Amino acid sequence: MTRFPLRPFCAALVLTVALAGCSSTGGRRAEQARNRAATAGGAVDTPRWRVAMVTHAGAGDAFWDIVRKGAEQAAAKDNITLLYSNDAQTQNQVQLVQAAIDQRVDGLLVTLAKGDALGPVLAKAEAAGIPVISINSGQEFSARFGALTHIGQDETVAGQAAGAALDTRGRRSVLCVIHEQGNVGQEQRCDGARSKFGGRFQTLYVDGVNMPDAKAAISAKLQADPALDTVLTLSAPVAATGLQAIQDARRPVELDTFDLGTQVVAGLQAGTVGFAVDQQPYLQGYEGVDLLWLYRYNLDVLGGGKPVLTGPQVLTKDDAAALAQYVARGTR
Amino acid sequence: MSTSAPPPTDVLATERPPAVRRLLGRPEIGALIAAVAVFLVFSAVADSFLRTSSFGTVLYAASTIGIMAVPVSLLMIGGEFDLSAGVLVTTAALTSSMVSYQLTAVTWVGVLVSLLVVLAVSAFNGWMLSRTRLPSFIVTLGTFLMLTGANLGVTKLVTGTVTTRPISDMEGFASCRWLFASEITVGGLTVKATVWWWLGLLLVGSWVLLRTGFGNWIFAVGGDAAAARAVGVPVARTKTVLYLGVGFCAWVLGQHLLFSFDTVQSGEGVGNELIYIVAAVIGGCLITGGYGSVAGSALGALIFGMTSKGIVYAEWNPDWFKFFLGAMLLLAALLNAWVRRRVERGTSR
Repeated sequence: MTRFPLRPFCAALVLTVALAGCSSTGGRRAEQARNRAATAGGAVDTPRWRVAMVTHAGAGDAFWDIVRKGAEQAAAKDNITLLYSNDAQTQNQVQLVQAAIDQRVDGLLVTLAKGDALGPVLAKAEAAGIPVISINSGQEFSARFGALTHIGQDETVAGQAAGAALDTRGRRSVLCVIHEQGNVGQEQRCDGARSKFGGRFQTLYVDGVNMPDAKAAISAKLQADPALDTVLTLSAPVAATGLQAIQDARRPVELDTFDLGTQVVAGLQAGTVGFAVDQQPYLQGYEGVDLLWLYRYNLDVLGGGKPVLTGPQVLTKDDAAALAQYVARGTR
Repeated sequence: MSTSAPPPTDVLATERPPAVRRLLGRPEIGALIAAVAVFLVFSAVADSFLRTSSFGTVLYAASTIGIMAVPVSLLMIGGEFDLSAGVLVTTAALTSSMVSYQLTAVTWVGVLVSLLVVLAVSAFNGWMLSRTRLPSFIVTLGTFLMLTGANLGVTKLVTGTVTTRPISDMEGFASCRWLFASEITVGGLTVKATVWWWLGLLLVGSWVLLRTGFGNWIFAVGGDAAAARAVGVPVARTKTVLYLGVGFCAWVLGQHLLFSFDTVQSGEGVGNELIYIVAAVIGGCLITGGYGSVAGSALGALIFGMTSKGIVYAEWNPDWFKFFLGAMLLLAALLNAWVRRRVERGTSR
């Protein structure tokens, strides 16, 4: 049994921090200043309601972190306690919704990616008199399960917007990269883009949780097909991987993508990314909480029985400079 | 709860009455202490944790782990792992759903075919283990990956998507749902069918382990396979039967998922095999085999259910859930080891 060298370790740590100089740019202090500026606002005079938000997100997902930030921001403004929970497995997500019902929350935000599986438990929410709003996915189930409104993006419509943008930019041969094989939403995005695009259009399946592998697959495709002039990715992390693959290919290939991320915005500014189709995740969380508040406060329901769309918003180089600060803040 | 120096007045000293020593020498004791502690913590911090409806939710969460923790703990006492247990549950649900839908058959047909398929996979695990002499960790790692791929590939091939078609409008669905996924509400407490299955499997598993000759074989093959073989215990057959037990329980849980949710996502179940192992280890099973208990695995599953849902009731940030679970595993395992050492004074390794 060797002992962990605790004393030398601590001494080294203290010494490093003490000797380090302060940076006058960036870092945590700058972030805190930005946050203080962002959260200056008033509060409402309604009682402390509790809203549960249950998603199908996996652990540590950047996209869902933005949705959650939006929900937290609206909750802070509306004097609401937000109870966030998430699980990628159907049975666990259903159990979490049940737990929210047990807690007798005042409102429920839920994603319906698992469709039919959530029907019975949402019926229980209705029986308990809890207003439900569905966000992000499952707009075809929303009304059937008794949700007030659905807030999200229609993936087919978003795909069509991307296809139209590709046409306008005069692209000839596009490779659409699907990173979750069998994800219906991703298939809809590619199919929508294909339907509005006049040139040659192919799809490629890669493994989205194994980035080196995904990069190799895109590189191989670019080598095999010299006519390809555009790569269309469906998420920000895969977009960053696609940019690396294009760099290796050493020929002018444009990358276009769905969703935003730090590298995507940097790419928009640098001109390596043509456009990004954003579904504004922050808006999905923010509006979800806010609309529940409006329902409890004033019985207001938005959308007239139709889904409220948060996208597609096609962003180009013109928007990049303004976007950069919000992406850095983690809200876009 | 310190695990450093033993207290001066030793609770397990020999002058204790033998009944108390026997109780403290049980493999479940660490899990029991941990379960009571977890219950008290969440009772103190969360008002909604003590509601009857919440109790039903916690029991349900525990049962979906507990059903699998029973055969997994038996298998671990027999000295082997099954890393394919998590995705096997999904395989069972997918097979049942797709067979019924594609053949337009009564849902019972799918249910029975699914049982045969899952038992065949388990038999393959047992057969590979005995024929190749490869460690079960490797064998079942292989089947785990193969099943994960097959779940996705076959589903996509048959249905064209990654999710099975709804079968709730087919004949036999109602009776299958009654058997696998019904619920009874008594005075606010909703008890799901999985809880009854769990209790039944617990009783059978515990009885087999402690009251039958086969139970002695399980301890023997897990403790020392070579010695067991020398005294005439059929080692390969014993281990294969244990794998079949895992298959049977995976089938039960898979049918529950299908008949309560109507559709099945093909990519699910990955990672759950480790949760089953965690429940068995918290319950007192040794990773090396030859020691453990089935009742303990139930306490392990209960701890999992209370922690996973208790964090929600306590309104804590769920990002930390896995951290708590890991800490719980280490604490329970340390407690188990410490108790065992105190009891087996003189026979320590």
